[in-house]
Amino acid sequence: MALEVEIEKRAGDFHLQTAFTCGQELLGILGASGCGKSMTLKCIAGIEKPDRGRIVLDGRVLFDSDRGISLSPQKRRVGCLFQNYALFPNRNVRQNILCGLQWEKDRARRENEAGRVIEMLGLSECEKLYPAQLSGGQAQRTALGRILVNRPELLMLDEPFSALDTHLRLKLQMELLNLLKDFGKPVLMVTHDRDEAFRMCRRLGVMERGRMLAVKGTRELFADPESRAAAVITGCKNIAAAVKTGEYEVFVPSWNIHLCTDRPVGDHLTAVGIRAHHFSPSETRNRFRMRVIREMEEPFEWVSEFRTEGQDSESPAVWWRYARELRPDTMPEYLGTAPESVMLLYG
Amino acid sequence: MTDWYPLWNSLRIAAISSVIVFFAGIFAAFYIARLPRIVKGFLDVVLTLPMVLPPTVCGYVLLLLFGSKRPLGSFLAQHGIRFVMTWYGGIIASAVVAFPLMYRTARGAFESFDENLAWAGQTLGLSNSWIFWHVRMPACRQGILAGVVLSFARALGEYGATSMLIGYIPGKTATVSTTVYQLWRTNDEAGALFWVLVNLAISFAVLLTVNLLENRRKKA
Repeated sequence: MALEVEIEKRAGDFHLQTAFTCGQELLGILGASGCGKSMTLKCIAGIEKPDRGRIVLDGRVLFDSDRGISLSPQKRRVGCLFQNYALFPNRNVRQNILCGLQWEKDRARRENEAGRVIEMLGLSECEKLYPAQLSGGQAQRTALGRILVNRPELLMLDEPFSALDTHLRLKLQMELLNLLKDFGKPVLMVTHDRDEAFRMCRRLGVMERGRMLAVKGTRELFADPESRAAAVITGCKNIAAAVKTGEYEVFVPSWNIHLCTDRPVGDHLTAVGIRAHHFSPSETRNRFRMRVIREMEEPFEWVSEFRTEGQDSESPAVWWRYARELRPDTMPEYLGTAPESVMLLYG
Repeated sequence: MTDWYPLWNSLRIAAISSVIVFFAGIFAAFYIARLPRIVKGFLDVVLTLPMVLPPTVCGYVLLLLFGSKRPLGSFLAQHGIRFVMTWYGGIIASAVVAFPLMYRTARGAFESFDENLAWAGQTLGLSNSWIFWHVRMPACRQGILAGVVLSFARALGEYGATSMLIGYIPGKTATVSTTVYQLWRTNDEAGALFWVLVNLAISFAVLLTVNLLENRRKKA
């Protein structure tokens, strides 16, 4: 049970060049809009044709430019949940789900299966409603039901929650995870939302300008994004150019501080990143003098901007976030950060 | 007793040419949208030309094609098909003139179609022709329908190309519009006025239908 992708496609200035595999898991592809995530999904679905490469699903060749194979989307058995759910507007919920069941020739069994899925997805009350009358959640479940009855060998989710209100998102993310638990086939999810990616996926790939930068475990990726682009997309606010000064030490010129690291520094280091949450006044390692220049209160956190002593005046202020209850009476003069919080970025 | 032949002839010519134009228009609109930009631009101009040319120019070109001494015309005549001075020649004339209306409205409707719907259908294993007739056409039906009604109205009111290709033979090729001209030319003002009123009534009804369709489309 695995998907292997290795494709290349040029479209104008854009150059997509990506390779990854996805087992029986939920693999997230995280990237800013226009990075080529949706294009990748379209290539796998057969809607777009790559210039070159190979796509194999469970040993079934979907696309192979060398052997001149390119199956039609109809023959690929790849389910795709579109961003706007793409429900057929002139059909109600039940009829939309029946569209996924045309492979079943027996009418009674078709109706049975549709009924079962409608029940399972909790769509019984709205099965006669048309897409325009559905809530975001109902529309998503209908689209998912239409795909599931089609028995795909691979499921792809294209920004599945971006059309929903924020307060609904979390709920539907849990629902979807629960539904996918028994799916038992590879699932690819594309998103630009790092929280969503972190919550839903055990493994993540980061895409930037048509390239897959890193594919690894979600926690490892957030702890060690390796590249500047991956650090940015995983939400790291403080990134500054840095040079290696020792086996376990770097110097950040714009902040004018030396930092110890928990792992050996590579020779081609270009920058370091420190997440806004990873500064603390009580941390004794990597201590530096600083001055808070702006503060903002949030419901559960404080956000401060500070400048280190001797910070280059051209460089942007550094972000620091901490829980409300940790707010000291007087602002500290020193902050520190643990060596494992210093993310080493290469390129 | 009024001779209703011109109305009957006009209606059947308009109806049949609308059917032809319907299929030709959606076919052209669907496939031309997929062509490379340069080819698309060129074909777009060629197919829209009958809308801006004087109908007499269209009639002239049709006579060049179907005249009995021309290669195509004489070939067809050998098989008993004659588009010059026959009522069904009017179908050709009306269809050519009405085609751009159908083509352009259908193209506009197809362009506003959400392509994700077609892709969703394809990934569900639905055939392309099923998607076309069961998803794309219903989603675009208001626009397509408006195109059909407009081209029907245009075909009904066709005068220039029709009169050049099929002339005016009472009881044979006479249509409402050629009858108006013929009666006026022969000083039968009352007769001409009668057919003018018939024409007005039909056109009014047709345009009202178009407006109703457009309002429904805006609401949808």
